[in-house]
Amino acid sequence: MNILLSHNAQWVIVSTLILGMASGMMGCLSYWKRQSLMSDALSHAALPGVVIGFALMGVKSLPVMMAGAAISAIIAAFLIHWIRSSTRIKEDTAMGIILSVFFGFGIMLLTMVNRMPGGNQSGLDSFIFGQAASMVRKDVYTMLILAVLVILVLFIGFKEWKIFLFDPDFAKGLGLSGRIMNGIYLTVLVLVIITGIQVVGVILMSALLIIPAVSARYWTQSFKWMVVLSGLFGGGAGLIGTIISTMGNGWPTGPFIIVTSSALFVISLVFGIQKGILIQALQLRTQRKAHVSSSQSNLTQGGE
Amino acid sequence: MTVLTVNDLTASYRKNKVLNDVSFNVEPGSLTSIVGPNGAGKSTLLKVMLELHPKLSGEVSFFGSTLNKMKTRVGYVPQRGSVDWDFPTDALDVVLMGLYGRIGWLKWPKREHREKAMDSLEKMGMADYAGRQISQLSGGQQQRVFLARALVQEADLYFMDEPLAGVDAATEQAIMTILNELRMKGKTVMVVHHDLQTVEDYFDHVLLLNRTVVAHGITKEVFTKDNVYQTYGGTLRYMMGAST
Amino acid sequence: MSYTGWILLTASLVGLSCGLMGVFLILRRMAMMADAISHSVLIGIVSAYLITRELSGWHMMVGGIIAGLLTAVLVQWFNSRGVQQDASIGVVFTTLFAIGVIMIATQVGNAHLDVKHALMGEITFVPWDLIQLPGFGAIPEATLILMIVLIIVVVAILAFYKEWKITSFDPLLAASIGIPVALMHYLFMSLISITTVAAFDAVGAIMVVAMLITPAAAAYLWTDRLSIMLVLSGTFGVISAIGGYYIAVLLDTSISGSMAFATGIVFMISFLCSPKHGVLAQRFRTAKM
Repeated sequence: MNILLSHNAQWVIVSTLILGMASGMMGCLSYWKRQSLMSDALSHAALPGVVIGFALMGVKSLPVMMAGAAISAIIAAFLIHWIRSSTRIKEDTAMGIILSVFFGFGIMLLTMVNRMPGGNQSGLDSFIFGQAASMVRKDVYTMLILAVLVILVLFIGFKEWKIFLFDPDFAKGLGLSGRIMNGIYLTVLVLVIITGIQVVGVILMSALLIIPAVSARYWTQSFKWMVVLSGLFGGGAGLIGTIISTMGNGWPTGPFIIVTSSALFVISLVFGIQKGILIQALQLRTQRKAHVSSSQSNLTQGGE
Repeated sequence: MTVLTVNDLTASYRKNKVLNDVSFNVEPGSLTSIVGPNGAGKSTLLKVMLELHPKLSGEVSFFGSTLNKMKTRVGYVPQRGSVDWDFPTDALDVVLMGLYGRIGWLKWPKREHREKAMDSLEKMGMADYAGRQISQLSGGQQQRVFLARALVQEADLYFMDEPLAGVDAATEQAIMTILNELRMKGKTVMVVHHDLQTVEDYFDHVLLLNRTVVAHGITKEVFTKDNVYQTYGGTLRYMMGAST
Repeated sequence: MSYTGWILLTASLVGLSCGLMGVFLILRRMAMMADAISHSVLIGIVSAYLITRELSGWHMMVGGIIAGLLTAVLVQWFNSRGVQQDASIGVVFTTLFAIGVIMIATQVGNAHLDVKHALMGEITFVPWDLIQLPGFGAIPEATLILMIVLIIVVVAILAFYKEWKITSFDPLLAASIGIPVALMHYLFMSLISITTVAAFDAVGAIMVVAMLITPAAAAYLWTDRLSIMLVLSGTFGVISAIGGYYIAVLLDTSISGSMAFATGIVFMISFLCSPKHGVLAQRFRTAKM
């Protein structure tokens, strides 16, 4: 537990906590946009941008690499949309194409850069698997600012997001431009992704977005509470996962955060009061019972 | 002897009970329309009877036996919207799929199967389109292909989910001609139908459904204003327009 | 056979098997399932290693297939419990992958297994791991496994062509005429897992995903016939494998990364130039009208 008290570890814990919250909340938007796996495609697709960002500067400059990641992810989003809308190829296939081809391209570039003088020390590999433990204070500041920004955007436009997600046509009628909302949504999503990939890596990034939202779904029917709960689950997973990972030598932070998040999901799945397994089993029993008793006494009941 | 007996059938979809104590019998050689408002459980009823959707309770028997034993005697036409018309295949191939159950495991369709499929397409006036990719067919043509696929199964009892939805007038006539032919041959057909105006002209039996059977029988006797009103509740006036 | 020859053969086998399976995969709208399975086989491979304590191709195959099927079953199950399909894919594979990474970090120590290898493969090592095949001579183990997998894939497609076709196109009708839709689904998923694990060992997860999805998607833009789509997709897979190898040699970079990239080039050409569904042809047609 000594490590826990070290100064650096505290920074890491604070940042995984706030990152978990931001991505958990953002994940609710993705869930209701039915685009959970889009985050997976975009985070894989960020890799070539990171590497090009590094190659341009020749040194590890986090802002440039993050800008590269963002550009690369946005190009990917644009290509997915283009393929889907101009051919008969379906969205999941388009995502799979972009995800694997961009990632392959990223690996190509990464291998080349790693051969460059000084490239091997760049820590570029850490973008694949994440490297929370090695974060220095400056990285943490960048992350904190981005995470806070994400949470703010969600808070300020909460009403608008809600209408936009549940009834896009109605939103249009109210004068909410779908294009602008989509643009903001994509920007925020990409922000979360490029922030998160430093901690958990491009492969597991989508889990930070998807799992808390899915878990929250088992506890509430209200969108507001879903966002709140999802933020709490995400933050909780970030906190607990990071603490667990400091208990062993060389234990990877990212995977522990994800597994903690999954544990919360399993708990929600079983005990959740909305659609949890226990509650549904009980409901089914009462439904059957009610059915048996009603079929003895009941006549037809037209209408709703 | 009845073709189909449904007893106390109950089923739920997601959390909601969509079918409640549905019971009815269907006589051979009848052409029945299943009519009811949106969400009345019409499609679900077909799926539950065919064991494509689980039931909570109740029994269904086909020709006095179980579905499993009578599978080859029962044909099904799903909603046109339930498949992806971009699938890389042509009209003839889709009709051929109706025979897949009969061709059996590890065997490929033979020429006799192809000829049968072609005959069936011809019956629906679609012979010229046999090699056409299915996304390049109009909605009516796609529906005719689905009907041809059902015909090729040579079943004795057919379930059809909205075969007349969104088709052109010529297709509607072609389909009704085929359905009447089937009835003449002693086959039994149950059709989910959405157009109240044509029920009396097209079908000799009607089953009014809203989660449970409101009324079932010969169209002339059962398709009364009262029954229809009871089925549709407050939405009736809107549905029937000027005719009420 | 020469060193390069083995590599090209191995990669082509991957391209061919994945290209064929990929056709049904994208038509069944399960492209992202391939992504999921290719990640979650890691846990199967690690478990197999931890149980047997040896890095044998066959043990890993069994472990990978179990992990692949587990993924398919879990996704299906969560989906039936009200989780959206793609969210449930996202939950399952990231969790299994994370557990796999943790197992490697905490249990395996610095043995011969590492995640990077699993992800990117080491096709350059393939020709060194030879086994003797009676009546044939020395052959790399990975190549032999991939040959057997290709045979299994081809036999399965020939045997279940019409069942997979009808369950892909119209599962409702398939079920109503007595074709066991669920069984065909899991059989298909097993085959995807087998293909993935075999290819995984040689070329890594990324290339498997690229090879499963991209050539099939490219082929889908050229033809309206399933049989021709299968032939084209397999061909595109092989072309990408060979082309990717030479790109890698030219730029002196990762072979599997280049192969994934090459599938992207094949797709891009199809996307732009296919006379039927290509973007340029569409532009041209609208311009003429």
